[in-house]
Amino acid sequence: MDVLYFAWVRERIGIPREAVETQAGTVMDLVEELRGKEERYAAAFADISALRVAVDQQLTDFDAPLSGAREVAFFPPMTGG
Amino acid sequence: MRIVVQDAPFDFGAEAAAFADGRAVSGAVVTFTGIVRDVDGGLQAMEIEHYPGMTESALTDIAAEAMKRWSLEDALVIHRHGRLEVGEMIMMVATAARHRKDAFEAAEYLMDYLKSRAPFWKREVTADGADWVAARDEDEDALTRW
Repeated sequence: MDVLYFAWVRERIGIPREAVETQAGTVMDLVEELRGKEERYAAAFADISALRVAVDQQLTDFDAPLSGAREVAFFPPMTGG
Repeated sequence: MRIVVQDAPFDFGAEAAAFADGRAVSGAVVTFTGIVRDVDGGLQAMEIEHYPGMTESALTDIAAEAMKRWSLEDALVIHRHGRLEVGEMIMMVATAARHRKDAFEAAEYLMDYLKSRAPFWKREVTADGADWVAARDEDEDALTRW
């Protein structure tokens, strides 16, 4: 699936998007896998209360299932308006 | 209902006039415009990042909900992204309803939701560097009144 990063999450990880091969069942499982990859991921995902997640462009929670998901995005709380 | 996400400036006067023009069912049109304001230390620019695709669908969902809740005749949301200078217009909303109370409330609802539920992220550039704008608790709390 495609994993996207925005704002300071993108800056901390260093890339805007990547293709990830994963069997993760939930968003949190995917976060655990990413944390294990490299230090920059562990730093970006250190405090998930500071993060929001969208699965297939719909806001959701970290315990949301990933079955069939094509796109997961991680970002800080939004600041539109 | 119209949703526009663009980096180019928009003509607020022309948009507001076109939105209000020819209304007969609606006795009330409310518009709100957000402008880049200066900060302590002097703002050099405001940079707005967004999530193409999700931005449009989130704004459409938010506006559709406002249309339904307040029985609006029409709603307009324009939101810019990219690099903006102090004094530039960031976004506008417009609502058309039979009565002003509904038009005002729906406009406030649109503003409250697009502040914290539409995927935009602001970064302030000053002489000291650039910093992401932190989301404010009051913006999240504002959603509970709806």
